[in-house]
Amino acid sequence: MFKILEKEWLNVNTFKMILDAPMVAHSCLPGQFVIVRDTEDGERIPLTICDYDRENKTITIVVQTIGGGTLQMSKKEAGEYLADVVGPLGRPTDLVTDDIEEVKKKKIVFVAGGLGTAPVYCQVKWLHEHGITADVIVGAKTKDIVILEEEMKAVGNLYITTDDGSYGRTGMVTTCLEDLVTKEGKEYDHCVCIGPMIMMKFLSQLTAKLGIHTIVSMNPIMVDGTGMCGACRITVGGETKFACVDGPEFDATEVDFNEAMRRLGMYKPAEAEALKAVKEA
Amino acid sequence: MEVDMMKKVPVREQAPAARAKNFEEVCEGYNKEEAMAEATRCLNCKNPMCVQGCPVSINIPGFVQELKEGKIEEAYKVISLSSALPAVCGRVCPQEKQCEGKCVRGIKGESLSIGKMERFVADWARENGIKPEPAAVKNGKKVAVIGSGPSGLTCAGDLAKAGYDVTIFEALHKAGGVLVYGIPEFRLPKEKVVQKEIENIKGLGVKIETDVIIGKSVTIDELLNEQGFDAVYIGSGAGLPKFMGIPGENLNGVFSANEYLTRSNLMKAYESDSKTPIMKSKKVAVVGGGNVAMDAARTALRLGAEVHVVYRRGESELPARAEEVHHAKEEGIQFDLLRNPVEIIGDENGWVTGIKCIKMELGEPDASGRRKPVEVQGSEFVIDVDTVIMALGTSPNPLISSTTKGLDINARKCIVADDCGKTSRDAVYAGGDAVTGAATVILAMGAGKTAAKAIDEFLSK
Repeated sequence: MFKILEKEWLNVNTFKMILDAPMVAHSCLPGQFVIVRDTEDGERIPLTICDYDRENKTITIVVQTIGGGTLQMSKKEAGEYLADVVGPLGRPTDLVTDDIEEVKKKKIVFVAGGLGTAPVYCQVKWLHEHGITADVIVGAKTKDIVILEEEMKAVGNLYITTDDGSYGRTGMVTTCLEDLVTKEGKEYDHCVCIGPMIMMKFLSQLTAKLGIHTIVSMNPIMVDGTGMCGACRITVGGETKFACVDGPEFDATEVDFNEAMRRLGMYKPAEAEALKAVKEA
Repeated sequence: MEVDMMKKVPVREQAPAARAKNFEEVCEGYNKEEAMAEATRCLNCKNPMCVQGCPVSINIPGFVQELKEGKIEEAYKVISLSSALPAVCGRVCPQEKQCEGKCVRGIKGESLSIGKMERFVADWARENGIKPEPAAVKNGKKVAVIGSGPSGLTCAGDLAKAGYDVTIFEALHKAGGVLVYGIPEFRLPKEKVVQKEIENIKGLGVKIETDVIIGKSVTIDELLNEQGFDAVYIGSGAGLPKFMGIPGENLNGVFSANEYLTRSNLMKAYESDSKTPIMKSKKVAVVGGGNVAMDAARTALRLGAEVHVVYRRGESELPARAEEVHHAKEEGIQFDLLRNPVEIIGDENGWVTGIKCIKMELGEPDASGRRKPVEVQGSEFVIDVDTVIMALGTSPNPLISSTTKGLDINARKCIVADDCGKTSRDAVYAGGDAVTGAATVILAMGAGKTAAKAIDEFLSK
């Protein structure tokens, strides 16, 4: 059992939890994820780590209530327990394992969409702690759903853009990045993009055009998260990879996004039914 | 009860038509009268070949003689000296290739039904609250066991009985490994049998920590150097599912048997109120001919599908246990033998609509000793299916080998261990599928047992 130490709603359908998870906090690094089950009969939900505190043995996760499982989990409050938190799973992002002197030479931009802001924060914070301040573009549909703004400002050079122009710049993250590079004289040679699959697809088409090496974090369907089931397979550079053990981060130019998006829809009817059941309960 | 000495006492089973629609156990097992009657067929050989056929060397004539006299508790004690999981083994061991395959009674008539008797004794003991005895004296030494499958449980149980302080680390949320995620309920009941045997092992003093991934959460070096463990046993299991590398394998509706079975068995997706979904298939092709293929096929059948097993060799080459193939056929699974998939076909939305296969014929024996299947040119045809399940075996998981310096792996990426389970690292032992590649529950148990003995000798020096 894993105690929920703090819980906070970040917007109407996104909440943050700080969890007592000593084993994960002991060894996790930015880019890795955990699998969580809220109750003994819950499904296994993969979530990228948003923050961790080795001393206090805690990790922070940010969850969007998009399905029955996450909606059910959102009913848990601080002081209660999650049945399972296992990890860290997957490989850390290259930025934290590569030679730090080489990383310092890079001109890095992060692009986050929606919930992707949480795992991006983990990486930006790590870089900041290692003397690197990166540019960060955070995109949201509208002002009300921007998350982790203050936290991100404290560790990175933040650009917010909203689709409807209600906050920050107007337009999608692609417009923002293109403007920064083509109109505002910014230069980047490394981009980490985390967000909805469709956003990562179009952003990486843009960065390919702009010549910026881009890494994306994939979030396919998973069951065990340790390589045993193969549900999370995606095609990268023409080869089948397991996102849970080979990723979750991959070189964007090599990822077959259309296949990945199609595979995400594998259980749509069952998911819709599950969401309805939780809402009605 | 009258017994034909040449024939096994028949065992009761659920009727095929009924069981094809439920997940209740297929084999109902012997009752006391039947088990005792079967025991009278034992020749009580001076040189019992059956024991040689058992990977954990159970004193088979010993327990059968106790059973014959109706001393079930005594029989259980005899089995418990050698096996920590008798109710499991009685159900899933390939007895026809092991103890029963060597049984002298089997030379002229049918061999003794050793597995069914073992199962009866273990079930009786469980129902009557008989448990293995914990060690009287603890020796104060700590051993970490990685993985709570059959190999890890056996190793842990034996070490605990010898007085060690044993902790098992399990990556999943539930202990049992393949007994829980792989083998279906209808062959091995989870709550009634597996959890109870695990409780028995805990009763010996073994601690089980779930949700810990060795190599990620904590490394073997940390276990040895920082957490005070004196030795480690790696029983981490088989690993990553293999695919064929043919076009269409990532279409929606293609699963590894591991995924399909994990959803059904571990996550209970076959129950209507499960939070984890499983594909509602109409017609399924299961590719492969081993026990895992049979388990996946029979699971899909119970979930309401028409099921075809597609296997590239012939009937006599099927690696699955004869009993499983027999049960599958009785239940209505169709065997498309000497057929090999060449492509999986999908519709414009990326969902599976069929599997294109080519006919095969058997040529000369290959390295495995089995006749090598050869394609019949121009014989391609399509089976219309909406789901394909790949049951082609596994390749080792690199999580532990890649994070443990000095731990040697072989060309197939399996951990290298000698006959006693000793690896290239001091104080680190390994066994089961992590060493051999995918094999059987009982072989994994045998390796766990051997390693427990070796660890005990190493730590007693």
